[in-house]
Amino acid sequence: MNFQSLVDLLVTDTLETSLPRFRPELLLCASMVLMLLVRIVRGGEKVPSFLLAILGSMAALWSALPGGGMSSWAELEPCQLFTGMLVYDTLYAYTRVFLLTFLVLFVILSRLTGIADRDEGQDYYTLVFGATLGMCLMASANHLIVVFLGIEMASVPSYVLAGIIRGRRRSSEASLKYAIYGAGTAGVMLYGISLLAGVLGTAHLPTMAQRLGAQRLAALEISSVVEEPAQITEVKVEAEEEQTAAKTEDSDADDSGHPGTQGHPGARGHEVAASKAKLTPMVLALGGLMLGVGLAFKLSAVPFHFWCPDVFEGASAEVDAFLSVASKTAAMVLLLRIGLGLGIQPEANSFMVLLVGMAAVATCTFGNLAAYGQTNIKRMLAYSTIAHAGYMMMAVAAAIALVGKDPAQMRVAVQSLLLYASIYFFMNLGAFSFVAFMRNALGSEEIKDYAGLIRSCPWMTVAMVAILFSLVGLPPLAGFIGKFRIFQALFEAGGPWMMFLLVVAGLNTAISLVYYLRVAKTLCMDPEPENRGPVSLGFLPMAYTLLVSFPVLLFGILPDWLADWAYQATAHLF
Amino acid sequence: MGSFNQPVAYLSLIVFLPVLTALALAFFPKGKDDAIKFTTLGVTIVVFLLTLGMLRDWFGLDFDKGQAAMQNIFAYGWIPSFGIQYFMGLDGISFPLVVLTAFICMLAMGASWPIQKHVKAYCILFLLLETGMLGVFMALDFFLFYVFWEVMLLPMYFLIGVWGGERREYAAIKFFLYTLVGSVLMLIAILMLYFSSDLRELDDAQLVAAHVVENSQAGTAWRGQVPDLKAMPNRKQHTFNILALQQMGQHTDLFEGEMLFGKSLSWWAFVLLFIGFIIKVPSVPFHTWLPDAHVQAPTPISMILAGVLLKMGGYGIIRICYPICPSAGYELAYVVCIVGVLSMVYGAFAALAQKDFKRMVAYSSVSHMGYVVLGLGVWSAMADTGYNPDYWKMGANGAMYQMIAHGISSAGMFFMVGVIYERVHHRDLEQFGGLFAKMPVYSGLAVGIFFAGLGLPGLCGFIGEVLVVLSAWEYSRVLAVISAGVVILTAAYILWAIQRVYLGSEYKGPHAEALTPITMRELLIASPLMVMAVVFGVYSKGLLDYMQPSIDQQVEQLAQWTRQYDQEHPPAQPLVDIEEQIAVLK
Repeated sequence: MNFQSLVDLLVTDTLETSLPRFRPELLLCASMVLMLLVRIVRGGEKVPSFLLAILGSMAALWSALPGGGMSSWAELEPCQLFTGMLVYDTLYAYTRVFLLTFLVLFVILSRLTGIADRDEGQDYYTLVFGATLGMCLMASANHLIVVFLGIEMASVPSYVLAGIIRGRRRSSEASLKYAIYGAGTAGVMLYGISLLAGVLGTAHLPTMAQRLGAQRLAALEISSVVEEPAQITEVKVEAEEEQTAAKTEDSDADDSGHPGTQGHPGARGHEVAASKAKLTPMVLALGGLMLGVGLAFKLSAVPFHFWCPDVFEGASAEVDAFLSVASKTAAMVLLLRIGLGLGIQPEANSFMVLLVGMAAVATCTFGNLAAYGQTNIKRMLAYSTIAHAGYMMMAVAAAIALVGKDPAQMRVAVQSLLLYASIYFFMNLGAFSFVAFMRNALGSEEIKDYAGLIRSCPWMTVAMVAILFSLVGLPPLAGFIGKFRIFQALFEAGGPWMMFLLVVAGLNTAISLVYYLRVAKTLCMDPEPENRGPVSLGFLPMAYTLLVSFPVLLFGILPDWLADWAYQATAHLF
Repeated sequence: MGSFNQPVAYLSLIVFLPVLTALALAFFPKGKDDAIKFTTLGVTIVVFLLTLGMLRDWFGLDFDKGQAAMQNIFAYGWIPSFGIQYFMGLDGISFPLVVLTAFICMLAMGASWPIQKHVKAYCILFLLLETGMLGVFMALDFFLFYVFWEVMLLPMYFLIGVWGGERREYAAIKFFLYTLVGSVLMLIAILMLYFSSDLRELDDAQLVAAHVVENSQAGTAWRGQVPDLKAMPNRKQHTFNILALQQMGQHTDLFEGEMLFGKSLSWWAFVLLFIGFIIKVPSVPFHTWLPDAHVQAPTPISMILAGVLLKMGGYGIIRICYPICPSAGYELAYVVCIVGVLSMVYGAFAALAQKDFKRMVAYSSVSHMGYVVLGLGVWSAMADTGYNPDYWKMGANGAMYQMIAHGISSAGMFFMVGVIYERVHHRDLEQFGGLFAKMPVYSGLAVGIFFAGLGLPGLCGFIGEVLVVLSAWEYSRVLAVISAGVVILTAAYILWAIQRVYLGSEYKGPHAEALTPITMRELLIASPLMVMAVVFGVYSKGLLDYMQPSIDQQVEQLAQWTRQYDQEHPPAQPLVDIEEQIAVLK
């Protein structure tokens, strides 16, 4: 292959395959640039940035929607974009529609609550768009570099967003905490990525999985490899492995005197190779753990959740909605991609199932228990998002457990995750928009100040109570469908470990009742404080809250449509 | 929908008319409390008439009382991708409970007239509750059953928590937590059964019996049609269909695989479901939510709680636990009976010790529902009795009869307590006395209803208790003697309460001036209950004709199953007749 054909290949790949499929992201970029640059032009400052934001996000959503209706996803051709950096499949298409829909609703919410005012709107929206772009990358990552890039692109704007309300100490504190924590975990993750890529010789996820398999074979046959090298060269992957082994050997053992000894290792080479065979799984496990740290940070999984309550309390409720829904879902899809991609190998599989499962149990239980004592609604919801991340991670664990064994059931497990995330979308957006509107009306975010709101604004309160019960997971509300589906996936995955997860999830449901119910009780049963004036919200905020919380009831009674859609999204996962 | 006399239209109307009205009520203007109350009452009456209409084919749908199998059945796909159906039907077990529910709801709405606080919200929640309860008794899809089961929780929580007594919030959350724990256990059991079920294991006749297909020709066709069957021949055909699960439990080994600690899946499912249901019944030791919830709830809600909600536990045991997991039921029959007897004894003693009138009635519910558990649990069709199902039939019929009778008498007792509580605002048994003189009509009715609860011959409570105790004799003499002894305790606490409240020379407690005679509204609520108590006490055939065919059929099937089970799993031979055994060996 000469240089010319390489360039040609690259051009076709970029122009014909990648860019058309990348159109929604390009539209996001374009609207970000437009929002920032329009102010340079004379009279440009009169253009409201909300208008640009809503048009930009809607255009991106429109172009992300499948052309021939939802059913045309079945015919979508999976492929890799940008020379294998991104993967384009139904899961990605689904997540992208999910994220962009959220973006549209979020832009409207920000406008209604007035957080993005006239002068600073463009900053705010640009940050949000940038973070969404990062999340889209996370959802489509096919390469560890894109994993890192996506996480950072989603995180850095989030740090700023957390502190967007200037002059509030808590806000700045939250932002700083978030940034430091994020930087720390990013460093660890990068180290993990370099370990993995160093051992396996690639950062391309499918290739990594392939090499992991080869690694296993090599580890099993390491002695035969060193004794009869000539025959082994026929097997290409193993030869590669041997090469890597030789190179690592060079760097690790500095007294190794003969670098080019691939063909004829002496007795000492044999020893080193044998010790390396023991070492490599450990290095891989370490690398995997460190990569997991970065993901756990985005997922706010225990024990990397410490930023979450403080950031949620310090940041505004709108930003909380963004962090809890969009960011978390993107991270979940990323976890799924890495988990399924690497977990297809039996050894890595049990390790990852155990790892994700343990994190899920700890996250879910801790989130629910810590939510008990909270008096601030945002803090309570922060712990609740931690707990819900735990439930979702259980679905991921089930999916990883099933990946090599039963692809059909694995699809069901992934479907349960997507269904849960989609339902969670409406629950949390509804809950945080309620908090944001009430902050505007009452000037408080303390649970006790919500006392008796059912009398002042019955519709909003009924919507909020429905959301709370949906978060518990009570039928006929949508939260139950999501939870039920995850329970089903866990059951189907089978085995004592999954049963344990199922029992933990069941117990947690009962535990979580108490703190959600306490808010519902305050809203409906406690007497109104006497010094509170009339609570005026206006028509639009009320309509918005009802609109985003209506699906909580709708999908609880008629989940079929959403479930089918989520099922289609799993079409290309093996 | 077609015409109204289709089961799907008729039964859906019964279940969803209340919730649709609730939706309409949400848009009622403020300050029209009376209009809202009348609308709600009207709807409950309409629902009651609709259920009653099935007795005599008034509105085009008839309940055939001679038929043992499910009738008026329909099934439509609800969430096809999860294999969940909108599947309902009635038989002799559920139909009386549906009528009872509609009846008690109607009376409870009448008893709700004194409620002045947030009338609109009250009526909306009340109607939601009614939908949930009716749905539970009609649903034949396990998922649908679960959804209805949970739907009741929310309204009940708020009805106790907002309109209840002084410690209402505590009582409400206690009720909610207990029931939710029970529900989670049930959900796990549902998943266990669902994932072990396989429709392909059923033969054509069983598929027809489970209403998966219409007739046996269709059964063969169904096997050819199942889409996954061709693509993945080893893929199980899971189902939530309760009738199909019953068939699988009794005719296949699907649920008999070992699961955990050497126990079969069926055993675990039974235990989880049983705990879930006896929390609702409630039986000792899961009864502690009940006294709080009953005492704190407003009068009409107490009536519904005692009259209908507790029956759902019993219904679950007879409809789900035994037919689906017979092997576990057989193994644990003694445990079930002991739980029943324990509740009877404990409830009766606790009732004796109460100072609070309503609390006493609440504990009497624990005691009376113990009969239901005992009656359902007396698995007397064993090898010793030659698999004679007659006594067990008696027990199951008695349990069902007791459920209906208790529905009437306990709702009546709670209403009677509510009537005086509204007047004098206390329930302290020590401070009553002499009500007969001031409220003669009320006192007469109250004493009658309390006697019905006591189980006086000629009133409804007697028949159920007597059938249960008689059947227990054949199963275990000790338990029978104890349960018969409970009758004395029951008599003691009820007579003592009557003596302290209604007899005596004069009323010395607070608010003596408020003791006005019973009003017309109260009379209209109390007298139907009294009449039904007498009717069911005298003319038990009227009720048994409806229930008996279905119950007998189920018990016979289970007895048959027991015979087969014993043949397949011969019990360890007692070593009495060694010589005979040696002879056999030779």
